[in-house]
Amino acid sequence: MKLDVNGSTREVDAAPDMPLLWVLRDLLGLTGTKFGCGEALCGACTVHLDGVPVRACVTPVARAERRKVTTIEGMKNSALRLAWIDLGVPQCGFCQAGQLMSAAALLEANPKPTDDDIDHALAGNLCRCGTYVRIRAAVKKAAGGEP
Amino acid sequence: MTLTRRGFFVGTGAAFALYPLYARAHVVPPPPPWQANPWISIDDKGTVTIMSHRSEMGQGVRSTLPVLIADELGADPKHITVQQAWGDEQFGNQDTDGSSSVRIPFLALREAAATARMMLITAAAAHWKVPEKRLDVRDSKIWDGAKALGGFVELVHEVKSVPVPKKPKLRALKELKYVGKELPQRDAEDVVDGVALFAADGLGWNEPGPLTAVIAHPPVLFAKPTKIDSSEALKVKGVRRVIELPAPKPPIGFQALGGVAVVADNTWAAMKGRKALRIEWDRGPNAGHDTAAYTEELRASVKRAGAQMRNVGDVDAALAKAATKVEAEYTGAYLAHAAMEPPAAIADADQGSATVYACTQSPVGMRDEIAKALGLDKQKVRVNVTLLGGGFGRKSFPDFGIEAALLAREMKQRVRVQWTREDDLQHGSFHTTSVQALAAALDDKGKVTAWRHRIAYPSIDSTFDPAADKPSDGEVGMGATDLPLAVPNVRVEACKATAHMRIGWLRSVCNIPQAFAVHSFLDEIAHAAKRDPRDVMVETFGPARVLTAKELGVPKLADNYGSPLDKTPFDVARLHRVIDKVSDMAGWNRRGGRALGMAAHSSFASWVAVVASVEKGPRGELRVDEAWIAADCGYVVNPDRVRYQMEGAFLFGLSNALHGAITVKDGAVVQTNFRDYRLLRITEAPRKIHVELIASDAHPGGAGEPGTPPVAPAVANAWFALTGTRLRSMPFA
Ligand code: FES
Ligand code: FES
Repeated sequence: MKLDVNGSTREVDAAPDMPLLWVLRDLLGLTGTKFGCGEALCGACTVHLDGVPVRACVTPVARAERRKVTTIEGMKNSALRLAWIDLGVPQCGFCQAGQLMSAAALLEANPKPTDDDIDHALAGNLCRCGTYVRIRAAVKKAAGGEP
Repeated sequence: MTLTRRGFFVGTGAAFALYPLYARAHVVPPPPPWQANPWISIDDKGTVTIMSHRSEMGQGVRSTLPVLIADELGADPKHITVQQAWGDEQFGNQDTDGSSSVRIPFLALREAAATARMMLITAAAAHWKVPEKRLDVRDSKIWDGAKALGGFVELVHEVKSVPVPKKPKLRALKELKYVGKELPQRDAEDVVDGVALFAADGLGWNEPGPLTAVIAHPPVLFAKPTKIDSSEALKVKGVRRVIELPAPKPPIGFQALGGVAVVADNTWAAMKGRKALRIEWDRGPNAGHDTAAYTEELRASVKRAGAQMRNVGDVDAALAKAATKVEAEYTGAYLAHAAMEPPAAIADADQGSATVYACTQSPVGMRDEIAKALGLDKQKVRVNVTLLGGGFGRKSFPDFGIEAALLAREMKQRVRVQWTREDDLQHGSFHTTSVQALAAALDDKGKVTAWRHRIAYPSIDSTFDPAADKPSDGEVGMGATDLPLAVPNVRVEACKATAHMRIGWLRSVCNIPQAFAVHSFLDEIAHAAKRDPRDVMVETFGPARVLTAKELGVPKLADNYGSPLDKTPFDVARLHRVIDKVSDMAGWNRRGGRALGMAAHSSFASWVAVVASVEKGPRGELRVDEAWIAADCGYVVNPDRVRYQMEGAFLFGLSNALHGAITVKDGAVVQTNFRDYRLLRITEAPRKIHVELIASDAHPGGAGEPGTPPVAPAVANAWFALTGTRLRSMPFA
């Protein structure tokens, strides 16, 4: 099966029901996308399919065929990355790829989000370290507003 | 710890035998020309490499200790290389627990750096023919007053023959140029680029991918499989083998839990294979454990007197003749750590040796337990530490590393063990479930004259000692027997509680139930006496003083969470300071109609006061809209990360308070994933959390844990202020 991942074509030999998460991590070695729950409950595995955030742990790879898959390794929003580093958002970092992918999709759809918009868009991304308050500030900073 | 000559030499050569795990290019560098000591080496280009010997789990230790060492040495922290140390005694205690990574090795690391600096100065004096006393080392250069003579590169060979000075001379704290200020975060770029390597992420993928194992752990602690039908599992494409793991013998200690492993070409196949296993279990001695019944057992236990852990005056007499008596009982559920990274490890092993990469908080502990489980000499086992996707105490247990090593040896191939979220929640090292009963006598002015605190929970000691059937000295020392009480009659009792689960440490440990109980109770007393809760709390803690064993009524007070008492005494003045500070920050005296709750607690050699503001959400639920935290952690090396630990600890404490509950039926954990073990979401996080650190030159205190204990009582007290309803059971909802 052929996949378009971060702009390049990758050939994978995977059963069609294998979740995209394991194709990315185990077959393609793209380990930036994380496994946190396997049941669409934590957001650690968030990637984009044609720009729309999905939970890779419950997305059968067959559904990603002929669509553009973007992972943290190919995420292009450098304003978000810079804001994240400037405000020191990560703690352990494990949830952060998922947070960034959800935030990138939010900014794509809504370039000037409010706190409520951010909460709504990131409600599915758990962080056990407790980085939520800085995440809100960093999203607003990346959007060019006051943190 | 002092450095012996042996300590200086064992590190030589061994330091670079390891793949630089965090380097993006996996090149093995040549051995360094000068290995000053286990932590510091300088190569022939003058580049300083510093070992980070504690585990990074989000607290920022890799952004902190190497900078402390560099600064004391005189190296420019922007130009150092940081390597993660593997588990080895030469680095001293590597257990990343007890909020100890700065406060415990603070002097030893600076002494190691100062020793290296003095040796460089001796070498420089000979090289440039300048008297030693005119020289200093700063920003990786040797200075004669304001003139830079040169760098490390000129000295790196000559310094090797310089004798090691006997007494390292530390810089004054104010001479340190980088620490104490805002420091850059070492792994942040790798994290946002998605290239930071956690335990399951492989060794950087220049290597062939490992096999992956997913394990069906016994549903009940010490349950054993009686029949294993693996026929369907073996039909799953990609499954290689099904392997029964050795069953542990009580007590569980640091052993692996046993169970049946499915080893496969990839994680998905292993997970599918596990689902297809048919296992019959003998559910064993803990099969009757049920949390609803157990809480009643603990409730009954605190009705009776327990073992006396602290005693002053005559509590019974004072309670009997009290003008007003206040009594309350507080409960807390088992908690799972639920770090976002479930346990994982990758191992190579054969009959003679093992190498493991793991997200461990205790690499030496894991090494020793792997050696034991595989019958190897511990020198033949290497445990390398990856980044940890959160730890919170769970990853102090080595079971997942043992599993990986056993399976790699069995498969004769590299194996990754991947725990799923279900495994993590159901087979953790749980925070204990507790019942705490408090009783106080008040005089006619509302002043506390007697305080009785009975505590029942299964002890962490029970994990290692089957005879341990009540809270231990150390456990009740977390907020009960060390609580400052200017009260003439005090008794703390440890009541019977038999364990049926693997009980372990979770961020701030027994401070969680004890702080919840005592700081809620102080608030209850204030309301019973119709007085301001803060005034009652301050009055009950009593005047500024240093607590002694005699005043507390305990047999001995050996240290403050491992920090020596001469450096970090139990100083009530520091508690007053954070209470005053947080009162100002939150506007406690001007709070008007705002529902605020306060709690102030000392743990891990730090002092933290919290005020929470609560409101009712759209469905009448408890919401914290703002929080204020004042912390005295002594001298702070990395202020931004310490403030962030306080913020994180607040949200961790709030998550436990609102949602944290592991329940057990027929010996097995009921919860399976985040749908029924809820964690706090961004929608529930306050809009603002204000943190202020008290400026101090006192010996550093802990940072990771002490922010958690005051959170639940502050929130419960605020909820009472808002609604008049008292929350006595965690979780609240
Ligand atoms: S791993 Fe996919 S949502 Fe948690
Ligand atoms: S940063 Fe650790 S889980 Fe979010």
